[in-house]
Amino acid sequence: MNQSVQQTETSCDDTARPAPLLEVRGLGKAFGGVHAVDDLSFRILPGEVYAVIGPNGAGKTTLFNLITGLYQPDQGDIALKGEAVQGLPPERLARLGMSRTFQNLQICMNMTALENVMLGRHLHLKRNFLAALLRWPSLRASERTCRAQAEELIRFVGCGDYVDADAAAMPYGALKRLEIARALATQPAILLLDEPAAGLNSTETAALEQLIRKVAAGGITVVLVEHDMKLVMSISDRVLVLDYGRKLAEGTPREIRDNPDVIAAYLGG
Amino acid sequence: MALRLPERVPGLPVLALVLLLLPLFLGNEFHLDIATQIALIAATVVGLNLLVGYGGQVSLGHAAFFGMGAYASAILTGTYGWTSIPALVCGALLVALLAWTLGRPILRLKGHYLSMATLGMGIIIAIVINNEGWLTGGPDGLAVEPLTVMGAELSIFDHYSLLGLEVSGALLWYGLAALLLLLAVWIAQNLVDSPIGRALRAVHGSEVAARVVGVDTSHYKLLIFVISAVYASVMGSFYAHYTGFITPQVASFEHSIELITMVVLGGMASTYGVILGAVLLMLLPQLLTDFQDYEMMMFGLILMLTMIFMPKGLLPTLSEAVRRLRPRPASAPASGQE
Repeated sequence: MNQSVQQTETSCDDTARPAPLLEVRGLGKAFGGVHAVDDLSFRILPGEVYAVIGPNGAGKTTLFNLITGLYQPDQGDIALKGEAVQGLPPERLARLGMSRTFQNLQICMNMTALENVMLGRHLHLKRNFLAALLRWPSLRASERTCRAQAEELIRFVGCGDYVDADAAAMPYGALKRLEIARALATQPAILLLDEPAAGLNSTETAALEQLIRKVAAGGITVVLVEHDMKLVMSISDRVLVLDYGRKLAEGTPREIRDNPDVIAAYLGG
Repeated sequence: MALRLPERVPGLPVLALVLLLLPLFLGNEFHLDIATQIALIAATVVGLNLLVGYGGQVSLGHAAFFGMGAYASAILTGTYGWTSIPALVCGALLVALLAWTLGRPILRLKGHYLSMATLGMGIIIAIVINNEGWLTGGPDGLAVEPLTVMGAELSIFDHYSLLGLEVSGALLWYGLAALLLLLAVWIAQNLVDSPIGRALRAVHGSEVAARVVGVDTSHYKLLIFVISAVYASVMGSFYAHYTGFITPQVASFEHSIELITMVVLGGMASTYGVILGAVLLMLLPQLLTDFQDYEMMMFGLILMLTMIFMPKGLLPTLSEAVRRLRPRPASAPASGQE
C-alpha cells in the first residue's frame, strides 16, 4: 500500500488497490501568525464519503479553500488524481474534476435557477465566440441539451418546482440544493460540500442525507465539512477531526466516536 | 393548461417595427437627423451595456473608443483615400488592440481598476486628438468624406432612387442607422443568451461561483471589454461619415459620462432599457437648449437621482411596477400543477 503516487498511478483502474483521489501532505496556512491549517496530511480514496469535523475555528473552511484553490498554501502539497495541484486557481481545478459548494451561498442572484445550473455545464459546452455572436444552429442545439441536463439535475436535487424561478426568489433550503446541482453539473470526480446542512431543519437535513447518498452512489467522491454530527456519523465512510488546524484523529465514525481526544476537544475536557 | 406565456416580449421585432414606422411621425429632416444620431449612439450604448450591465465593469473612457473609430475613418478616408469599410475595420482593429492591451493586465485585478484605467486612457486620447492638429485637425475638427461602399456614395445631401422611389439621402442614412441598431441588439442578445453571456453574468452575480465551475473570469471580462470597445469604434466610424464633421468632443470625457449615464438611467443589463436611456438623454439637450451651459450638471444630477431612486434603471423599474399592478392569475396555478 505504501507505494508512491507515481507507481500506483499506472494501475489506476485496478480497483483492488485504489490510489488516493486526493492526497494532502504537510499542508500549512497561517494568517498573521495564527496557524489556521498546520502540517496537515491525509488521503481521500475514490468513492469515499469523507467528513471533516472540528470545533469552530479549527480550520475546516480554510482547508476547503486551500484544496479548491481559493487560498494559496504556505507550505505542503496537494495532489488530485496523482497530479500536483497546490496553488492552481479554482477554474483550473474545475477542469481536473473538482467542484464545491459554499457555507455562505455563492449563487448568482441575477440569474434563474436553471441558468445557475447551466453555468455549471460551462466547461462541457462549445464556447465558440463567432457561433455565440451569430447564434449558429449548432449552438442552439447544444444549449437545448444543456438546458435539459440542467433541468434533470435540478429535479435530481429536489428543486423541480423552481426550474424557472429567479434564484433571488428561492428559499434558503432550495438554494443550498441548487448549489449542489450546479456543482454536479460540472461532472466532478470530487465534490466538496461546505456545511451543507447548516441552516436546514431536520426534514431538510434528512432529504440532504438521501441526496448525498445518491451522489456518492453515482461514483462521486464526497468531502464534507459539517457540524451536524448525526448526519456526519450516518453517511461518512471516514472522518477527519481537526483541532487548531491539526489532525486530531482520523477514522471510521465508530472509531471517532470512541476516541478520547475527540471527546476531550468537543467537551472541553 | 400547458399554455405558457413567453418569458420575454419579442423585443427585436417590436423595435424593428418602431424604427420602421418612426419616419412617418417625424415632421422634418431635422427630426430625422436627431433620430439617426440617436440610433447610432444607442447602438454604442448597447455595446457599453454588455460591459457595464452584464460584465459588471465600468468604462469611463468609452467615448475615446468611439472617437478613435470616428477619427480613424475620417483620417484614413480623407487624408489617405481609403474606402469607408477598410477604414472602419482598421479603426476597429486598432481599438480592439488598445482595449486588449489595456484590459489584459487590469482585468486580472478585482475591483474598479478598469474605471481608473479607462478614465486615464480616455483623457490621454482626447489630449492627443486635440494636440496633434497635423493629423486630426485639432480643436477645429475635421471634415469627413461621405460613406462610400463599393463605389456608391451615401450622402445626406443627395437623393437616390430605390426600387423606383426617390428617397432622400437623409432617409437612407436613417435606415442604415436603424439597421445598425437592430444588428447591435441582435448580436448583444445572442451573446447574452450564449454560454459566454452566462459566464459573464455569473462574473457579475458571484465571481467565486463562476470560477469554481471553471469560468476563467478575467478572460471573459477582457473579451467583453474588447467587444464593447469595438461596438463603440464601429459606431464612431459611421457617426463620423454621417455627420460629415467631427471635433475632439466625440472622444471627450464628457461624452464618456453621457454614455455611462444612458446605461445607468435606462437600466443596466437591460438592452432595451439602455436604448430608452439613449433616446431620453439625446433628446434632453434638444428640449433644453436654453440650459446648454448646465448640460454636464444635468447629467450628473440624472446619474445621482437614478442611483438613489431606481438603481435598476428606468425600464426594469417600470416593467416591475407594471408586473406588480397586473394581477397574475395565469402563472401561479400553472407552476403548481405541472
